[in-house]
Amino acid sequence: METKSRSFTGAIRMVVAVPMLAVLPGCISVNAPDKPIVIELNINIKQEVLYKIQQDVENTIEQNSGIF
Amino acid sequence: MIRFKSNGVLKVAAAVAALGLVAAPAAAQRDPAYQAARDAGQVGEKMDGYLGIVGAATPALTKMVNDLNIQRKAVYTKGASGAGVTVEDFAFGSGCKNIRDTAVGEKYQAPGGAWATRTSAPPQRDSRCP
Repeated sequence: METKSRSFTGAIRMVVAVPMLAVLPGCISVNAPDKPIVIELNINIKQEVLYKIQQDVENTIEQNSGIF
Repeated sequence: MIRFKSNGVLKVAAAVAALGLVAAPAAAQRDPAYQAARDAGQVGEKMDGYLGIVGAATPALTKMVNDLNIQRKAVYTKGASGAGVTVEDFAFGSGCKNIRDTAVGEKYQAPGGAWATRTSAPPQRDSRCP
């Protein structure tokens, strides 16, 4: 009983392994880049912040003109 | 009655002006030593909103710049808190204005990081500056 079971599993392995080997030469390998992917979203956010605070900045500096 | 009150205010203002005590912070002038250092190109406006020493640092120059930068940081911190942005962003926004407002002959930090001398042409500023 055990022997039969083992050989059955062995047969499955063979069945799976053979198509994989056949497919391998046609594979397209995709490698992960060695550098992290960085998306520079903070540039736009910063620009928006700078526009938003522009008037505050003008007023603040004019009220403290002695140190600017 | 209103007229009398306004006259009183005017008299007080005139008295203060006569004593040379200019109370309004908006009218505050630069310290003469600071103005002289700007004119001489010994200090320059940096992109980050603070002053920097151009060339050789002397103890007096270092003290003056540090002192002004500490005061600037306090102002930026208050402004940032009111605007709900980081102190760095508020300071950077101020740097944009400080560089824009430099007078001809004064030093400022160009986007590459090097010191530049302001000419009559617009200064070179960070592309994010409003």
